[in-house]
Amino acid sequence: MIWGVLQFPGSCDERDALYACSLASGEARMIWHEERDLGGVDGVVVPGGFSYGDYLRAGALARFSPAMEAVAELAAAGGPVLGICNGFQVLCEAGLLPGALLRNENLRFVCRQLDLLEVDGPISGDMGPESAHRPLSIPAKHGEGRYYAPEEMLDRLERDGQVAYRYAPGQNPNGSLRDIAGVSNEAGNVLGLMPHPEHAVDPLTGSTDGLRVFQRLEGLAR
Amino acid sequence: MKARVLIRPKEGILDPQGKAVERALPALGFEGVEHVRVGRMVELEAEDPARLAELCEKLLANPLIEDYEIQTL
Repeated sequence: MIWGVLQFPGSCDERDALYACSLASGEARMIWHEERDLGGVDGVVVPGGFSYGDYLRAGALARFSPAMEAVAELAAAGGPVLGICNGFQVLCEAGLLPGALLRNENLRFVCRQLDLLEVDGPISGDMGPESAHRPLSIPAKHGEGRYYAPEEMLDRLERDGQVAYRYAPGQNPNGSLRDIAGVSNEAGNVLGLMPHPEHAVDPLTGSTDGLRVFQRLEGLAR
Repeated sequence: MKARVLIRPKEGILDPQGKAVERALPALGFEGVEHVRVGRMVELEAEDPARLAELCEKLLANPLIEDYEIQTL
């Protein structure tokens, strides 16, 4: 498949995302935020950074860019869309993902390697599906990553299997409700998370677990 | 028409900024100040004030996490 990586003024992780996409699937290209046409890519990464300076609220202005209109259409057609960090904030602001990201509970920017538990589907019984997977070792770096949604929405997300990633016990770096690190939309083709899988794809940096996040979505491309 | 939009975190949502301000006050000799919440204020001039609420819903506030109040001046 061919990944496209959006680039906003203020993006800063788009090059790592491009590298990660090309490692994961062979081909990837950059897409400037003013482009209304995605040029036939099969999936899109909305990368990390500080799009439009994070003015007003993180992600609030980027959602109105022409490229995001095209991303919304791709998402509606079932194409894979991955939002990382600021990209996750953009997808939440755009209404493509449920919930919102708030200032870290301790008001500090967090930057550290941590373990993520992958959640495959609805949680049932005592043995959550999490236990079936080895945790992913992936770095997180953000100041506004506290996942929030109203309680009844959180219940629904858990019931419907839309909680995609949780911080491993004791490693929640930002006060996210229910340790949620990443969520998907109802159809499962739009996924957002605060930690940075694109920074964990090369043995040089100690972990290649990030590739599993890209691979999770690749199966959905046409 | 000039207007002012006040945006604040919704009731019940943890506001660490407000907490930090609250904790700093006693050190400066201001005792007995509680429930500090920090929000945002936007001033603007609008030709059509009838659309201000829509504008707030779509951009100035995120209705999931924030309440807003429009004051026309």
